[in-house]
Amino acid sequence: MDARNIPPRLSLRGITKRYAATVANSDVSLTIGPGEIHALLGENGAGKSTLVKIIYGVVRPDAGEIRWEGAAVEIPDPNAARRLGVGMVFQHFSLFESLTVAENIALGLGATETIAELTVRINEISGRYGLAVEPTRHVHHLSVGERQRVEIVRCLLQSPRLLIMDEPTSVLTPQEAEGLFAVLRRLSSEGCSVLYISHKLEEIKALCEAATVLRGGKVVGHCDPRVSSEQQMAEMMIGGALPVAHRPSPLQEGRPCLQVERLSLESDEPFGTHLREVSLTLRDGEILGIAGVAGNGQKELLAVLSGERLSPRAEAVQVNGVAAGTLGPTARRRLGLSFIPEERLGRGAVAEFSLTENGLLTVYGQGFVRGGLVRFGAIAQYARDIIKRFVVKASGIEARGSSLSGGNMQKFIVGREIGTNPRVLLAAHPTWGVDIGAAIAIRQALMDLAAAGSGVLVVSEDLAELFEISDYIAVLFHGRLSAPMRTRDTTVEAVGLLMGGGIEAGASPAVAHAA
Amino acid sequence: MRLSLEARARPARIMTWASPLIAAVCSVIGVSILFAVLGRAPLQALYVLFVAPLETLDSLAELALKATPLLLCAVGIAIGCRADVWNIGAEGQFTVGAIAGGGVALACGGNDTWWVLPLMILAGIAGGMVWAGIAALLKTRFNAHEILTTLMLTYISIQLLGYLVHGPWKDPNGYSFPQTRQFADDAMLPMLFEGTRLHIGALFALASVPLGSILLGRTLMGFRIRTVGAAPAAARYAGFSRNGIVWFCLLLSGGMAGLAGICEVAGPDGQLTPIISPGYGFAAIIVAFLGRLNPIGILFSSALMALLYLGGEGLQVSMQLPIAVTGTVQGMLLFFLLAADVLINYRVRLRPSRSATAAGAARHA
Repeated sequence: MDARNIPPRLSLRGITKRYAATVANSDVSLTIGPGEIHALLGENGAGKSTLVKIIYGVVRPDAGEIRWEGAAVEIPDPNAARRLGVGMVFQHFSLFESLTVAENIALGLGATETIAELTVRINEISGRYGLAVEPTRHVHHLSVGERQRVEIVRCLLQSPRLLIMDEPTSVLTPQEAEGLFAVLRRLSSEGCSVLYISHKLEEIKALCEAATVLRGGKVVGHCDPRVSSEQQMAEMMIGGALPVAHRPSPLQEGRPCLQVERLSLESDEPFGTHLREVSLTLRDGEILGIAGVAGNGQKELLAVLSGERLSPRAEAVQVNGVAAGTLGPTARRRLGLSFIPEERLGRGAVAEFSLTENGLLTVYGQGFVRGGLVRFGAIAQYARDIIKRFVVKASGIEARGSSLSGGNMQKFIVGREIGTNPRVLLAAHPTWGVDIGAAIAIRQALMDLAAAGSGVLVVSEDLAELFEISDYIAVLFHGRLSAPMRTRDTTVEAVGLLMGGGIEAGASPAVAHAA
Repeated sequence: MRLSLEARARPARIMTWASPLIAAVCSVIGVSILFAVLGRAPLQALYVLFVAPLETLDSLAELALKATPLLLCAVGIAIGCRADVWNIGAEGQFTVGAIAGGGVALACGGNDTWWVLPLMILAGIAGGMVWAGIAALLKTRFNAHEILTTLMLTYISIQLLGYLVHGPWKDPNGYSFPQTRQFADDAMLPMLFEGTRLHIGALFALASVPLGSILLGRTLMGFRIRTVGAAPAAARYAGFSRNGIVWFCLLLSGGMAGLAGICEVAGPDGQLTPIISPGYGFAAIIVAFLGRLNPIGILFSSALMALLYLGGEGLQVSMQLPIAVTGTVQGMLLFFLLAADVLINYRVRLRPSRSATAAGAARHA
C-alpha cells in the first residue's frame, strides 16, 4: 500500500477491549510508519493506556488485529512485545532505589552478560544519544530526569523499532524535555518509530508528525499536529468547544495570611527530600505557584504546611498571624486553612465511603457534629451543594468514592475544601490527571477564591497552569525554595532554569515581596 | 475451559449477605464428611449439632447464655477491626475482668449491700480495659503490634488466674480443689427467667448491638474509626489521630470483654476456677467476622456460634466425639467464610483456555 511498498511498522485494526462495566477500546485502528513519531491524544479515561497496554502485551484485546511490519501477530505478554522490538518507558518508573543503574538495567533485561560488559554497552548507548547516565551510581541519588534516561537506555539496549513513551515530560524541566525531544528525533531519523502519549499539545505540535485522537475508547480523528492548531486538537479531545478560564479581578496587595519563616526539616522517609531554610509569604487575594520537578520537597512542604507533619518551632508556620507550626490539621483548619491533597482516593477521599461521608472528612469541625453525633442531614445537603456547584458527575450523594472518575472526585474534593470559605487554600497538583473540562473548572474555582480575598498556594508540575493562574511563582529545588517572582515579569525559561537547579535567574524583582 | 475470577465493577451487595450463607452450607457439607470419616451417621450428628439445642425452652436459655459473652466480646472486637486495630486477646481481657470483678465479690460480698454488684461490674470492665490498655501503650509508644501483644497478654492472664485459684484465693474449705469460695448471693447476677441459668448479663450484651451500631454509624468517633481503618492516609489528612483511635478501640473492646468475663463468673459459675471460658474470647473473633464486623450481623453470628458450642457439647455426650470437633467446625466455618468473601469482589467465569483463544485468534487472522 505504501508507495515504496514498505509495510507500516505497526498497524492496529478494530481493537476492542471490554471490562466488566466499561468499554475501554472500541474498534480502534491506528497505523504507525517506520521512523514516524506518532502522538496518541486523549483525556483521562479515553482509553490511551489500555491501547498501549495491548500493544505492549500487558492486556489482551477481545477483538481486533495487530500487524507488525505487515504480518499479523499475537502479543501475549511483554516479553513477546520486546522480542518483536517494542520498547516502553512507563510514566511510573520501575527502578530499585538501592541498586546501581547498571544493576537495574541488568534486572530489566534479564541479561546473561556481566555487569562490566553491560556497563560498556550502557556507556556506548548513552554517548551515542547524549543520554547522560552513570552506570555505577545508585538510583536513589538520581533526579527524576536521570531516572527517565535510565529507563530509556534500558529500552534502547534492546534496539527497539517502536518506542512507546507514556507522558514522558510530566516529570521533566522544560530544558530536560528539549533534550528528550532531541533523542526522540534522532531515534526517528534512524528509523525507530515512536508512539508518544501526552496531553501537552504544544509538545505534540513541536515533536509529532501524526496524531490519533481517542475519546471514550473510540478513535475520533487523525490529524497532523504540525498543521492543526492546539485549539482544534483540544476540541477533538473533549468533543466540544473549549471553555476558557479567566482571572476575574486585578490583584491588590493584601495582608499576609500564610507565612513560613526559615523552616528546615528532615524528611521522615528513607529517600525523601529535606526542607532547607524555606521561607514564603502568601497574601490575601493572591495565588502563589510553587514550581519544581517532582521529588524536590513538594510532599514534605505540603505536609508541614497542612499540619500532617509538625514543625520544630511554632512560629515557623503562621496562619493568619497565628503561630501554627506545632498545631495539627484540625487546629489549622480552625484557623481557616484548607488543603487539597495530591492523592485523591485514599487520602483526599475514601474509596468505600459515600459522597456524604467523604464530604464530612475535613469539615466535621464546621458545625456538622452536635453532641458527638454527626448531623447527616446537614452534611448530605453540603454534599449535594458541592455536586451541584461543581457539576460533579455521580449517581448521587450515596455514590461511593471509588465509583467517580478521577476528575469528578477531584471536583468534589475541591468543592469540599472551598465550601468552607477558607482564608488559605493549599492545592497540590490540583488538575493532575484531570480531564480538560474539569481542569478548567478547578482553576476557575481557585481564581474565584483568590478574587474573593483568600490566599491560594498551588504546587504543580504543570508550568503552563502556574503561569496561567499564579500572581507569583517560586521554585522548589532540592528542598530549597527560590524567592518568588512576579509571574508577569518572568518567563518559562527562567523558571525552567531554577527547576534544574540553575542560578537564581530573574529573582531580583520579587525580593522585596518575599521580605 | 477453565475457571477464572473476574473483578466486579463494584462489590456485589447481595453477596455481602449471601456469603455467610454459602459458607454455612459448605460448612455443613464439610462437617458431614468429617462425621462420616469419624464413623458417625452424618444426619444424626447434624441433628445433635444444629437442631437438638433449639428444641426446649431450657436449651434456648442456655443458647442465650453462651451467646452473651460471645456477643459482648465480638462487638468490641468488630469496632476495633473497623479501625484496623486487631484485638486478638479478648480472652485475656475476659479473664482479667473476671479476676478483678471476682476479687471484689470475694472481698466485699456477703454483707447484703446493694453496691457490691455494680462495683463488681465496674471492676470487671476496668480489669479488661487495663489489660487491653497495656497493649495500647505498647502499640502507641513502641509500635508493638497488638495482634502479638494482646495474644501474649492472654497467656499471662490465664497464668495469673491459675496462680490465684491455686494460691492466695483458694477456697480453704474446698478440699484443695483449685477454685475460690462461692460468691455470696448479693454478688451474683439476678436471673432473667426462673428455672434457667440466663442472667441479666444477656441484657448488657443485647444493648451492645444498638449502641455499637450507633457508635459506628452515627457518631463522629465512629466516623473516625472507619476512616482510620479504610484509609489511614485520609485519616492523617483529616486530622484524626491514629493513636487516639488505637487507645479508644482497645479500651472499648477490652472493657466489653472484661464485662463479659465478670458476667460469666457472677452468672452461671459463681466462683473463679482455673478455666472460666471455653475459648469465648477467641471464638468471638470468628463471630465478629461472620457478622461482617457489623453489630447487627454479630447478633446472629453469636447465636450461631453459641449453637455450635451447645451442639458440640451434645456431640461429646451423646455421640462420644472429642471436644476438638467443635473447634474443627468453627475453623471450617471461618475458612469457608473467607473463601466465599472472594465472591463479593469477584465473579467466577468459565472461559475458554488460553490455547483455545490463541487458536481462535489465529483463525481470525
